[in-house]
Amino acid sequence: MPKKTQQRANLLVGTLDMLILRTLVWGPAHGHQIGKHIQRTTNDFLQMQHGSLYPALHRLEAQGWIIAKWEKATDRNREFKYYRLTEKGRKQLSLEESQWKQMTDAVARVMWPVPEEG
Amino acid sequence: MHWWHRSKRDLDLERELRSDLELEEEEHRGNGLSSEDARYAAMRAFGNPTLIREQTRAVWSWNRVELLLRDFKISVRTLSRSPGFSLTAVLVMALCIGTATSLFTVARSVLLRPLPFDDPGKLVMLYEHFRAPSMNAQGFNYNLVAPADYYDWRAQSHGFADLAALRWWQFSLTGGDGKLPEIVQGRGASWNLFPLLGVQAAVGRTFTQSEDRPDGFVTMITWSLFERRFGGDPSIIGKQIHLDGETYTVVGVLPKWFNWPDAKVEIWVPYASGLPPAVLQHHDFHFTNVVARLKPDVTLDAAMSQIATVQYSLHQQNLNAPVAEDVASRTLTNDVAHGVQKPLMILLGAAVCMLLIGCLNVANLMVARSTVRQREIAVRCALGAQRGALIRVQLIESFLLSLTGGAIGVLLSLAITKWLVSSWHELPSAQSIHADGVVLAFACSVVIAAALLSGLLPAILSTGKTVMAALHASSRSAAGSQSRTILRKTLLTVEIAMTVVLLIAAGLLLKSFWRLRATDLGCTTDRVLTMSYSLPGKQYDTPAKVNAFNEELLTRVQALPGVRGAGLGSAIPGGGAGEDDAFTILGHPSSTPGAAEHDALYRTASPGYFATLQVPLLRGRLFTGEDRNGHPNTCIVSHQLAQQFFSAENPLGAHLVVSARKVECEIVGVVGDTLYQIGKASQPTIYLPILNGESNQQNTLAVRAATDPLSLSLPIQKEIAKLNPQLPVSDVFTMQQIVAQSLGSATLSASLVLAFALLSLLLALVGLFGVLSYVTTQRAGEIGLRLALGARREQVVRLMLSDGLRPTVYGLVLGLAASLGAVRLVQSMLYATQPLDLAVFAGVAATLIVAATLACLLPAWRASRVDPVGALRME
Repeated sequence: MPKKTQQRANLLVGTLDMLILRTLVWGPAHGHQIGKHIQRTTNDFLQMQHGSLYPALHRLEAQGWIIAKWEKATDRNREFKYYRLTEKGRKQLSLEESQWKQMTDAVARVMWPVPEEG
Repeated sequence: MHWWHRSKRDLDLERELRSDLELEEEEHRGNGLSSEDARYAAMRAFGNPTLIREQTRAVWSWNRVELLLRDFKISVRTLSRSPGFSLTAVLVMALCIGTATSLFTVARSVLLRPLPFDDPGKLVMLYEHFRAPSMNAQGFNYNLVAPADYYDWRAQSHGFADLAALRWWQFSLTGGDGKLPEIVQGRGASWNLFPLLGVQAAVGRTFTQSEDRPDGFVTMITWSLFERRFGGDPSIIGKQIHLDGETYTVVGVLPKWFNWPDAKVEIWVPYASGLPPAVLQHHDFHFTNVVARLKPDVTLDAAMSQIATVQYSLHQQNLNAPVAEDVASRTLTNDVAHGVQKPLMILLGAAVCMLLIGCLNVANLMVARSTVRQREIAVRCALGAQRGALIRVQLIESFLLSLTGGAIGVLLSLAITKWLVSSWHELPSAQSIHADGVVLAFACSVVIAAALLSGLLPAILSTGKTVMAALHASSRSAAGSQSRTILRKTLLTVEIAMTVVLLIAAGLLLKSFWRLRATDLGCTTDRVLTMSYSLPGKQYDTPAKVNAFNEELLTRVQALPGVRGAGLGSAIPGGGAGEDDAFTILGHPSSTPGAAEHDALYRTASPGYFATLQVPLLRGRLFTGEDRNGHPNTCIVSHQLAQQFFSAENPLGAHLVVSARKVECEIVGVVGDTLYQIGKASQPTIYLPILNGESNQQNTLAVRAATDPLSLSLPIQKEIAKLNPQLPVSDVFTMQQIVAQSLGSATLSASLVLAFALLSLLLALVGLFGVLSYVTTQRAGEIGLRLALGARREQVVRLMLSDGLRPTVYGLVLGLAASLGAVRLVQSMLYATQPLDLAVFAGVAATLIVAATLACLLPAWRASRVDPVGALRME
């Protein structure tokens, strides 16, 4: 069962939280939507494992970065558990984003050095 | 998050997962799959919902405690479902942990707990040390110190803050208080001993310097005597009591905790009190223990070398006399524990071995159980249990077993310790032996170690498999069960090897014990009663008075019905070394002027002494009633003395001079050798007539009875009371009791180590039986096939036997090899037994093989009874 996904890229530890928070910037979403969104946006490169998605959602909720509420979906007559970003979560996202940027910049400088001017 | 929110939260998660699963399913249906295929595809994509639930729950913070509680509940339930296994495991653990804890309690109290004195680490006991190796064999390397040596050490060396002296004594205590006279163990202590130890009197005071002289008739009593005889009344201070007929004033009572050097000591007097002043001038009269306290900034070596210099010059000044060349020291704690240190360490080692064997056995049982529970574990894996969780459950199980066993074991150890202290008379009593925090910590760490050892190994092994392999494992040739069998056999091999070491140690100790028991004392031990008394010199101040009492007593005792013979002597065989003295032989080449003197045990004896004890007369004659008061001055020597100094010549008629007493006497007879103590080599011995009339000497009456010797004890004591109602009698024992006492320590260690070894053997055999039974069940199909193909039943028995005996043989070889080293540890405790005793080694090997074969026989036979059709159908 898990074999197939393991051949694709595994999420870097800690990035999942950031991706979830970023996804919720578009508006409230339930677990399935969040998973599908990340998967589709990356052209199926990042395959969501439910085993890590739900613990992550509950962890973010425990941190107070997102809140959850059962709401009726707009397109159908059913309730889903919608997660939405809190103010605290927004701050956390920008923090993680800048850290991630620094990180990738640093990695990039090592991997693809730009010849120094002058 | 509170627990009552729990179910709501669970429901919520459940609902969330279900709705997302449905969405997934819808999506697949939208892609054109049939509804059933879509559901399966969704479930595949989703993964194991139980696992997801578990992992999500793990985020909820209080989860850990709750998990542990749940695992705990599961463990209790599974353990109570197999009470046979649980009970066995708990019992094995309780016994092993209990025994090990007990011995640790005793060892800690005796060897590690400091004596209750001021800065006890700075206290040492000093001895004279004779350098000749031959002297060491007789224990003269730690020889008691002569009084004049002690005084010179104290005056001429500066490495120690102070030196104090104490000497052994035994008093007859008679009070004008109407109480019965009794013999009390006592010590003489130099006035500075108690200040040096840092001990203050509980009531009254300790001795003063001016009291420490021959006429210093003051005494301190211990708390036990204070309570026992004087009703704990502090007005005893300043009152007078009678010791050996002399009047002593009580000046102090020692504190309740003071049990040094022995709880039996109840009376203390000043060191010089009651000693003839001349004795204090002697450099060759050894009867003193010296305690010294190191100065804070001086090393022991430096302090000792100063005293050694003093002692060497004393040796040079007294070349003929037995004055040692050197000094030796022992810490006070070691000194107290000296006699029991070795047996205690061996017993502790044996107990730890047994504990290890017990753990291995429980580990073995756990492996066996995990095999039986393969299916259960596989199902749990399939339901999403993680490996860590499974290991945790197994560990909790082994912890539960060890903890229950440990709790029972600690209770058990209280009883074992009590029994051990009461039956091991050599244990010192200066430190109280009891369990404390350290012992409890020891027990706890043993429990944890036992739980880890017995739980972790099987747990890791039984869970290290994927779900599919585990589910398949119930079929015939599972690799997992094979590796488990290998593990069990390895555990068994180690177990058997350790059992072999224990068995060999036990065998050696037992053989040595039998040798000791079979030792011929050199006299009869059959139906002989002995008792001791000492005539106080104050009342019996002339030889005539002493002789009158002794002769009258012998006449009266001989007249009692049922008495075959009665004799009187200063010591009896088996009753300890007693007094020894240097001597020279007049006109003998070995005793030219300037040569060192010889040493012999010094005894006095009545005419009937030898006949009563049936010590054979080899040459010459025994004493008669005429040999008295030194006219004529005669003596009898032992065979060994005659052999050593007169080999071919006739010793009769030669003259000996007993140095310390300045007595010259003629040898009139040679008697057989006797042992002064069982387990010790015989020594040259000189006997002088008891009718020479010395007082203040310990007399031992030996009476041979026609029937039960103890029935004579009361009539004889009545006769003594008729002669002198104030004379206490002590040590009323039969010769057989005396022999049993001197065997006490050897009996105890031999029987305890034997018990440990037999228990270990039993455990190992149970393990062997279990493993082979398991293998038989595992291989039932294969055996059925063999039988169906025409194998004979004897062949199957042989096959299974060889399978079971292989770990036995490996363990035996390993154990024998380990024993080669281990026997060195017991070597010094052996008497007339070589550490590499072939008979013991062969005996142990044979016992093990026979016992292991018996243990394997039933499973092997059962294997051969396998019904081929039934076995094959089971596949």
